[in-house]
Order: sequence, then structure tokens, then C-alpha cells
Amino acid sequence: MSLQRWWERAESLPGRAAGGRLVVHGGEWLQVATDAAAAGAQLLSLWVTPTVDGAGMAHVALLIDGAVLLLEQMVAAGERYRGLQQLFPAAARMQRAAADLCGIRCDAPDQRPWLRHTAWSAVEAPLACPPATRPASGAAIDDYAFVRVAGDGVHEIAVGPVHAGIIEPGHFRFSVVGEKVLRLEQRLGYLHKGVELRFTELEPCDAHRLAARICGDSTVAYSWAYCQAVEAIAGVQVPLRAVWLRGVCLELERIQNHVGDLGALGNDAGFAFGLAQLARLKEELLRATEVAFGQRYLMDVVVPGGVSVDPASAALAALVIEIGRIAVRVRELRRIYDDHSGVRDRFAGAGVVLPELARQLGLTGLAGRASLQAADLRVDAPWAPYHVLGPVVAVRRDGDVAARVAVRFDEVDESCRLVAAFLSDLPDGATSCTVTLPAAGRHGLGLIEGWRGPVLVALQTTAAGRIQRCHVHDPSWQNWPVLEHAIVGNIVPDFPLINKSFNLSYSGHDL
Amino acid sequence: MIKTLRTIAGIGIVSEAPPAQDDTLRVREALQQEVLAVLGRALCIRQVDAGSCNGCELEIHALNNPIYNIEGLGIRFVASPRHADMLLVTGPVSRHMVTALRRTYDATPDPKLVVAVGNCGCDGGIFGAGYATVGGVAEVIPVDVAVPGCPPSPERLLQGILTAIRVPKPGADAT
Repeated sequence: MSLQRWWERAESLPGRAAGGRLVVHGGEWLQVATDAAAAGAQLLSLWVTPTVDGAGMAHVALLIDGAVLLLEQMVAAGERYRGLQQLFPAAARMQRAAADLCGIRCDAPDQRPWLRHTAWSAVEAPLACPPATRPASGAAIDDYAFVRVAGDGVHEIAVGPVHAGIIEPGHFRFSVVGEKVLRLEQRLGYLHKGVELRFTELEPCDAHRLAARICGDSTVAYSWAYCQAVEAIAGVQVPLRAVWLRGVCLELERIQNHVGDLGALGNDAGFAFGLAQLARLKEELLRATEVAFGQRYLMDVVVPGGVSVDPASAALAALVIEIGRIAVRVRELRRIYDDHSGVRDRFAGAGVVLPELARQLGLTGLAGRASLQAADLRVDAPWAPYHVLGPVVAVRRDGDVAARVAVRFDEVDESCRLVAAFLSDLPDGATSCTVTLPAAGRHGLGLIEGWRGPVLVALQTTAAGRIQRCHVHDPSWQNWPVLEHAIVGNIVPDFPLINKSFNLSYSGHDL
Repeated sequence: MIKTLRTIAGIGIVSEAPPAQDDTLRVREALQQEVLAVLGRALCIRQVDAGSCNGCELEIHALNNPIYNIEGLGIRFVASPRHADMLLVTGPVSRHMVTALRRTYDATPDPKLVVAVGNCGCDGGIFGAGYATVGGVAEVIPVDVAVPGCPPSPERLLQGILTAIRVPKPGADAT
């Protein structure tokens, strides 16, 4: 069946040229999703909004040829909606999380909790009715039903939540024979901070500060996505200078993360030289960023209506020179990585995700591009300023650590070019405008290609213009399950390297 | 290989001098004398992310870069709390991490120091305390030094760490 009939019924999404919102009933939910999957749709996010007395609204955001389809269905109290995990495997954990937070379940077979450990009980639903605050006893231990692997010589290695390095917490359960990994099962949710409930306690024009702190390494992507949603509801046009500066910030964030991770990947392959060199370059970039924007990590630079700083032209000129210098140094280091047989040996063939598997599981962002999934919102669904200046999308087909390293090196180069290009025709004028939210219940959507992949913010306001529901989605939701596949057949000591090549977020996922 | 060596030689030493201690970061008078007697100038740190957004971790990573060169000061990050003299803890402490944090603290041998990092580690920051968080690190384990910031700069972090392992300057106010 064609998708056209569904598009015809959809109402427009404020602030988005392409796309629509479609409220469906009964069997249509699964029918639309099936048609969309057949048309090659990408699952952006799935979530639930509790309404009253145990009822709620199920939402799914799909990306189809650069247009966002927001599909919604009312779910009555006690009813279960149809799970979409057969069409989009990544939906499975999102559905479990929605059940934990909203108390509304789907009909999927896996009904284990996902984000819920012990902070609230199975009969409570924090977003429907905030649980009473308990003392911080923390005595209870979560008894999660891991899938066991049986067989001669099979044993388990349990890692985390506190890991050996300076890393976020999460639990990994490896089933291994000798050194070879047969199965990996992840248990996340340790960093659950009640972000989505906290949003409803903040003023819409102040909550960008919370958005900026959902995932610290993607602060620009999150605050921009949040601001896009607010600005769509308010119907404001952000001044061009602010838009261009936001683009500069997003690309700086991409360079910072890639440069840092490329160094760490060298280190994980036993090449400490790479870490020392790239960590130094990252530090220089952070310092140049601080001179221009007053901050190393650009927290709260993107604000509703524009940006909070207007860098001096001399500082921006210095930033361009610094970026050019860093691009040259990174290219030199790339040649050293490429020429180093030991590094090549560790990178090539480790943690392979073949293109077909990547497509089936919905691998997204930079990891997807390393497995031939040539998706990048900056090109596929460009927003200002990317409608004027887009990147050349870096794609590889091997899907191993080497491919993910290559994509990152390519993207550093491309983002350096974009920063210089944005700054070379930086428009003059104001850097912010006033944002007033209408006193009416509205929906706004924000969608940004962060360095890891698409970051989505779905905002809904109350009749008084306050936050009714703010759902935030990190691309790590799609990619964590794929990491479970990528490690199979590899040896345990390669896990840190493979994990780092994806570098997924725990905090952005656990919310 | 020659390119690698040439790069190393070409760049030389880039490490900067460490900042001075800052007694205003001190939360409580720990057993500095005892710690110093046991540790001398060497210090092993176990970092624990108890709920952070990962912003603080990025700056903690920077301490290991050649510019801040924390190992040059005899301080290093270790993989187990059993090897550690100090816990460097970021927050807000999520309820799902309370047990893990407490156990990590219990596994660290005495005498031990705790440095809470970031606005969220100090008092819960923008997340505060709620159904999923308990607030600052001090809600769960005793804190010696607290370093605010969002995220605190590597220099500020280093200052906090150095303050924890040095005897307060005479006349300095511990808050």
C-alpha cells in the first residue's frame, strides 16, 4: 500500500516544511507503520504521553525521504497498543521504557523493565503520577532477568555499572567461551535522572538549560533541538546570524568529539602516541572555542530565539585559523594511523556490522554511515543553515572499527571546512529575538543531526503555555542494540575498542 | 615510524604548571596529615560517574592530556577502588547508582578522600532531588572537597584535587 493516502490525511507540523502529524485509530497504527517500513522509513523515536486515569497517547516519529511522519494513537486505560518491534527492532527498548515511565504497555513479548531498576515499583508510572520521594537508602538490588547461555565451557563475565575507566555507568553481561564472545546483553538505566518529569517543572523558555545537560558531549545538538521545538510552537524566525553561529557550534562539537575519540581509539589499540597528540589538539580547539564563545563546551550557547553570545570578529578570525591548523594536523595524524601496521591490525575486521544488518536494525548516525547507511539529516532534511551549506556525507561499507574511524576522520575534515564556510559569510545583525509561547496546547518538534546521529525533541505545551510533555531521544537508543551484535565472535579484550568506536551515550539514553 | 618520532620531537613538552590549591573548595577538614603521611606525594584516583551528563567526564579526561599532565604530578587514575586513595565523583547521584557508589566507597581503603565534581555533584544542580535522583554526592558518602562548575575546567578540577591532598593554609576558611 502506498504511503500517499496517509500523507493526505496528515496535518502539518509547525515549523517543518516537509512532514506531518497523523492521529490514527485501531488497526491503522500498524498499517501505517507497515507501509512506512516498506517505503524504507527510519524509526526516529517511539514514546508515550500519559493523559488521564491510565490512558495515554502513543507516538512514533518516522523519517521517510527527509520528511517526518509523526504517528499518534490514543490508548485506553488497560489496553495495549501494537508493538512495532517486528518492523523496527530498535522500538523494543523504547516500548519497554515507555511502559516503565508511563505505565502503558504494548503487546510485545519482552515485558521486562528497561529504565526502571529500584527507584520506583512496577505499578508506579513516574510520568503519569510522580512517585513519592523515598529516602536514599538504595539497599534494594535490581534482579534483572538476563538471558542465559548454556553449554559446555560457557561462562559469564559481568562488567559494571562502575567501569574501569573514566566512563559512564552501565552493565554488560558477556557469555563467553574462552576469549570469544558468544553473546552480550546490556543493562542500562543506571543514569536515569527523571529528565522528562523535570522538564514539566521548568518554564519552556528556561528548560533549554536542562536540554543542554541531558548528554554533555552533545550539548549543542540537544539545546538546538529543544530550541527548534520551542521556536516552532512560538512561530518565530530566528535571526540569520544566530542560525549561522548555531551551525558553527554544532560543527565545533562534532570536531571536539571526533578528535577526542580518535585519540582514545588509538590508545585502545595500544598506540598511546595517538591519544597524546589528538588530546592535545582537542585541548587547543577547546581553548580557541573558549576565546570565541566564552566556554569550552558550549553549554547554554543555543537559547530560545538565538544564541547567548555574539563572538567578537577578531576571536572568530582566530578560531578559523586555529581550525585550519587543526585540520592539517589531524590529516597528518591520519596518515600515521593508516601507516601503522599494529593500529591497522586492531582496527580492521573488529566489531563488524554488515550493511544489511545495519539496515535491518536501523543503525543510525556515524556508525550507520560506516555500514553504508548514507543517512545524514544535514543533507536529507536540511534545516537552516544547512540548506545553504551542507556537508559531503562520509560513507564506508566495511562496518568495522576501521570504517568508523575513517568516517570520523572524514567528518573532522568536512566539519572544519563547514566552520570556516559558515564564518566566512556570517550574516550581520541581531543574535537573538524574543520568544513568547502562545497560551494554547501546541506541539513542536526539534530534529538535529548531532555528532552521534539524529537527536529528537518532541515538545507539547499546556493551554497555559507551560510544558505538558517533553520527550527527548538520543540516537544511542538505535545503536546500543546493534553493539550487542557487533561484538559477537570477537574477543573480550577487543570490546573496549569496539565500544569506543561507537561511543554511545548512557546519560542521553537513560534520561 | 620516522613520522611519529618527528612529530614527538617537533612538538616537545607542552605541559603547563599546575594551579595553586584553593582552600575555599574545602568542605570538611579531613585527615590531611594522615593522608599525606601515608601517600607522600603520590595519589591514585578512582573516578565514579554517579549520574553525570558526561560533561564533567570530558573535563576529567582532559586532566590526562599532555597539557594538564596530571601523571606528571604523581597522580593517576586507577581501574579499581581497591587501588584508590581518592574518589572523584560526579553527580547528581541517581537512585539507581546509590548502591554502586556506596559499595565503591566501602571498597576504597582508609584513609580515603572524596572530591565531588560539578554543580550536580555539589548539590544536584539542575536535576535536584526527585523520584530518580537524591541530589549531591554528600547525600550518599562524606565529601572532603567540592568543585562547582558546569563542567568545571580542568584547572579548577586540578585545584580541587590538590586542595584535598594538601594541608589547609594557615588562616584559610574551610566552608
